[in-house]
Amino acid sequence: MSEQSGFQRFKGTEGYIASPPLIDAVNCAIALERPLLIKGEPGTGKTLLARHVSEGLGMPMESWHIKSTSKAAEGLYVYDTIQRLNDARFGEGDVRDIRRYIKYGPLGRVFAAEERNVLLIDEVDKADVEFPNDLLRELDEMRFTVMETGEEVVAQQRPLVIITSNNEKELPDAFLRRCVFHFIDFPEPDLMRDIVDVHHKNLDATLLDQVLIKFYWLRGQRELRKKPSTSELIDWISALLRSGMSVEQVEAHLPFVGTLLKNEQDTEALDQFEDSDSQMPSSWADLGPRYQQ
Amino acid sequence: MFLDLFYSLREHGVPVAVQEWMMLMRAMELGQHGSSLSGFYHVARCCLVKSEVYFDTFDAVFASIYGGVEGELEVTEELMQWLEEPKDFEGLTDEQRAMLEELSRDELLQRYLETLAEQDERHDGGGRWIGTGGHSPFGHGGEHPTGIRVGGPSRSRSAMKTIEERKYRAYRTDETLDLRNTKVALKRLRQLTRLGNPEELDLDETIDETCRQGGEIDLVFRAQKRNNVRLLLLMDVGGSMDPFYKPVSRLLTAMHEERGLRDFRAYYFHNCPYESVYSEPQLYREYAVPTADLLRRFDERWKLLVVGDAAMHPHELMSGYGNIDPRMETETAGIVWLQRLAAHFDRCAWVNPEPLRSWDSTRTNTIIRRVFPMYELTVDGIEQAVAALIGARKAA
Repeated sequence: MSEQSGFQRFKGTEGYIASPPLIDAVNCAIALERPLLIKGEPGTGKTLLARHVSEGLGMPMESWHIKSTSKAAEGLYVYDTIQRLNDARFGEGDVRDIRRYIKYGPLGRVFAAEERNVLLIDEVDKADVEFPNDLLRELDEMRFTVMETGEEVVAQQRPLVIITSNNEKELPDAFLRRCVFHFIDFPEPDLMRDIVDVHHKNLDATLLDQVLIKFYWLRGQRELRKKPSTSELIDWISALLRSGMSVEQVEAHLPFVGTLLKNEQDTEALDQFEDSDSQMPSSWADLGPRYQQ
Repeated sequence: MFLDLFYSLREHGVPVAVQEWMMLMRAMELGQHGSSLSGFYHVARCCLVKSEVYFDTFDAVFASIYGGVEGELEVTEELMQWLEEPKDFEGLTDEQRAMLEELSRDELLQRYLETLAEQDERHDGGGRWIGTGGHSPFGHGGEHPTGIRVGGPSRSRSAMKTIEERKYRAYRTDETLDLRNTKVALKRLRQLTRLGNPEELDLDETIDETCRQGGEIDLVFRAQKRNNVRLLLLMDVGGSMDPFYKPVSRLLTAMHEERGLRDFRAYYFHNCPYESVYSEPQLYREYAVPTADLLRRFDERWKLLVVGDAAMHPHELMSGYGNIDPRMETETAGIVWLQRLAAHFDRCAWVNPEPLRSWDSTRTNTIIRRVFPMYELTVDGIEQAVAALIGARKAA
């Protein structure tokens, strides 16, 4: 389509399997020049997405990892008064030039950059509830003013902003209205096979099958406080491979369960299950109709 | 046709604003939907819907507009159970196949809805009901030239429509919708005080000090402002509080997530606090904490918030040995404990999940209102309660 050729389009990369709706959402955000808000269970690759979008489109990336103490203004710039005072005291540098003491934050840096950047604002829900509201104008107009110098920083190229949220806090409506939204579903077994393949090439098919059956079975247990996620599955497979566990061993019980369950109660619950005579599933049919192939 | 989607979504309670609609229009102009219905679905969803909570509603609305399907096509869990573990189905002979009638789309849906309304058990291999195998137009694993596949995998590939379990139904938790409002209300629960190590540069003081030293720079640091509010929560559980489980747990969630508080403790009681309160909502004896201990451990810098419906038998509140649990009764009346609590703490407030209009119908409520300022469990009520705990004291 000729109309689309003006835009760079993201198609996923070798190291990242993206579902078609996700690709559509990314491209939509690129075309509309709107921030892309990504939500989803932990471990579904929200943060990784930004890295692979930047790789796939050949754009440089900046990340801004939000903490509970993060302030919106820090993303734009910080005025280093102490350095300036210190320089004045010891007569170093040109203290009259206030610009030397304005340090841009991640948002400031991508605005000032010559080329189009990917900016990752990671775990925006970690910050105070008002944090997203404080960034509304900056993300909308892609410009801000440095109060101390009166200089205005205007984005040369509107960056592609990717924002991730773990749903710890709800985000304000005004902020949501400006975003393109995508929710990353937990991958179904088929997609999961592709994802595992990216990390562990040429894994023995029967082993992979057993591993996935155990994994989805574990996730299906209602009593679990924290369900294992994709990244934990990948770690678990690494552990299995390194120790040379056989398919039979995985079939009979769960070795290295510590890589999957990170909670004492969960591990205890599983121990109890293993102590009782209940059978662990060893085929997809044992998991119920949802996984019938 | 496009505007239908916009208004339908709004009608079904999905918060879509004009701004988002314009965003979708712009995306279409730019050809983001790739001229396909599924492309349009993805683009429309990522532009219009901003929470997975609404995905289910969006799917339903989208299907009703662009699939032209009317009526309630929700797949219940019961129905899915009937469709589990399909019985083997041999297939039909050519003769049988020729007998099957072809249905138009409208007839088909009409009949589906009727059948769904009548059906109350599992069926396999038949010709009428929603089930597995057989030659009924509904269900899966069977054969019919113009059927609706419900659940299950595609087999004969002759279904005209497919109805599957809606994927996002589980996310529909109206409970979380108001959480943000509650949190924003609770956010006012702060008194900023400078606490801890001096690590923030005090610019004014630095300039003053530097002038005093005749231009010799002297950096002055001060402690950062932190919230200095300590909050003790006492919560009525069980019995008459059960109907209010949702709004109360929403408040509790918001409280626990409000990390700004300097200190936060919650204790539980049933109907009225007496000699003991409990550290867990299951009021087992091993969780009991003497109320007198609370008064000792939490000094007057703490603020007290009670959540309860203030509804009980007057005897439980006013008389000695009034505890509803006879094993726990003691001579001090509940009201005395309430008065002691109210007098001990700097500020206190009572939040009542019962709607305001029914307050006067309970006698105990009227009595407790003389001891505690009482507010409704609504966003406004919480704001007022917070103001009572924090704000300027009103003249008595």
